[in-house]
Amino acid sequence: MGTVSKKDKNIGIVETKYFTFAGPADDLLLESGEKLGPITLAYETCGNLDAAKSNAVLIFHALSGDAHVAGYHEGDTSPGWWDDMIGPGKAFDTDKYFVICSNVIGACKGSTGPSSENPQTGRPYDLDFPIVTVKDMVNAQARLMDHLGIDRLLCVAGGSMGGMQALQWAVTYPDRVRSAIPIATAARHSPQQIAFNEVGRQAIMADPNWNGGDYYSGTPPTRGLSVARMVGHITYMSDESMAVKFGRRLREGELKEKFAPDFEVEGYLQYRGDNFVKRFDANSYLYITKALDYFDLYNGKGLEHLLRGVKARFLVVAFKSDWLYPPYQSREIVKACKLSGVDATYCELNSSYGHDAFLLETEEQEYLVKHFLASVSGGNGNEH
Amino acid sequence: MNSGIIEAERQDYRVITGWVTEGAAVLELGCGGGELLQMLGRQKHAAVSGIEIDESYIFTCVSRGLSVAHQDIDDGLSEYADEAFDFVIINQCLQELRKPYIVLSEALRVGRRAIIGFPNFAHYSARLQLAAQGRAPVTAALPYQWYDTPNLHFLSIRDFYEYCGKNNISIERQFFLAGNKQVRFWPNLLAYSAIYQISRSRPALLQ
Repeated sequence: MGTVSKKDKNIGIVETKYFTFAGPADDLLLESGEKLGPITLAYETCGNLDAAKSNAVLIFHALSGDAHVAGYHEGDTSPGWWDDMIGPGKAFDTDKYFVICSNVIGACKGSTGPSSENPQTGRPYDLDFPIVTVKDMVNAQARLMDHLGIDRLLCVAGGSMGGMQALQWAVTYPDRVRSAIPIATAARHSPQQIAFNEVGRQAIMADPNWNGGDYYSGTPPTRGLSVARMVGHITYMSDESMAVKFGRRLREGELKEKFAPDFEVEGYLQYRGDNFVKRFDANSYLYITKALDYFDLYNGKGLEHLLRGVKARFLVVAFKSDWLYPPYQSREIVKACKLSGVDATYCELNSSYGHDAFLLETEEQEYLVKHFLASVSGGNGNEH
Repeated sequence: MNSGIIEAERQDYRVITGWVTEGAAVLELGCGGGELLQMLGRQKHAAVSGIEIDESYIFTCVSRGLSVAHQDIDDGLSEYADEAFDFVIINQCLQELRKPYIVLSEALRVGRRAIIGFPNFAHYSARLQLAAQGRAPVTAALPYQWYDTPNLHFLSIRDFYEYCGKNNISIERQFFLAGNKQVRFWPNLLAYSAIYQISRSRPALLQ
């Protein structure tokens, strides 16, 4: 009784599936005007699609995420990246909803990206891979929804870059989205956000091993990618969360070389960077950060045009200590909702975790998401 | 939900619910946990939404299926078009605002009507405490000590009445309360709180 902890309550073993489309003469037309095909999307699903196909929830991952959103892969000890939020009885309750998550195009976790084979050359794309945008990612996902026979999504949701995809879905496919949950995100990248991404990209490109993007047959630019990830991690945390986590504590038992990482925070960043290069492709990092930087729903127009024609109900969530995607950017999304008559709920959660809060503050998010989804799917008497 | 008991106890909610028209678009500023909005949604089929600054109340609103924005009313209502709502309600929080003047004028811009409920600082018990004891009053409607109160402004029924006159605001309806009982005479002396329905004064033809 009551001994099953949240961690134990998961959906169990999940498998990554693959959907390939955009074959010859059916390429995906990208925003850049270039064509891409064939395209493979790696995706995972949890829960069951109901007979009316009305309970599908599409989750989007952030910059470095993947399709493995919840549950465990065979033999793995750690679950998917949002397992706290997705599973039986959780925020996105897999007893009620059919949850889908796919790896974005341009990435390196099973979906087509710069490290994939270019059918025209038989070699990896490298920098021949076209520039992709958040809208392109979303258009590819729409093809996956067609494939799964899902016409209308109960909800689209995600944090950070995932939130941008949620916004883009609501705007591009207004008839296919009943509700959207953009978390810790923005309707356009600010100069500061672009600047941090640029530092990451420059670190990668300054690594001689990057070799103009052509490194798949040699040594990858791990030093550069590691530095990029370190910068990223600084922006994901807050001053307070760093102070709590590391303080000015020194690492123990290390050789005291000059400029060795002797503070714990230094060790942490290096550890994070070193681990990241084992699982992420440097070129994908370049492409995806560019997609983030190009993201601009405003498109030169005013806030009042941002969400015109959008039919989805919105739950917008931001975190007070998030300085990478500060709450004012979420408030702008809410403002755009109000100006366009889009039904929106906004909550600014009081977390000290910074941007990482969308992955860590799951209890509050669970409460909000659960009730919001119940009201969207059940029509809690307030839907109008 | 077992809020039926609470709803029945709040006479001010009943009065306001009586005033709001069927199917109206309603925005409540400082909506708290959304009890009134839920009543309006259920009983008047109003299209309701709220603004609230307190995070814990946001959670309550969301659990009720209400649309609520977590923000500070004092920052303005610039995201709403003129007359976007049939009613804007400010119930029992006018006295807590930093800029009640701006919020009232914004409420009457985005709402065709506003319903304002506030505690009456000139209730006789408050007057007595001030006059006889020389103490900042603590009453049923103003239950806070001076050193720990959310209230920033202290207004009386007469103050509000005169404010409306000076600012070209029409008073359409009024209701005065002592506890859950209606006060019909000498409201500025006998009422703990007042509820007004107001609108921008304009030529009779346009009303």
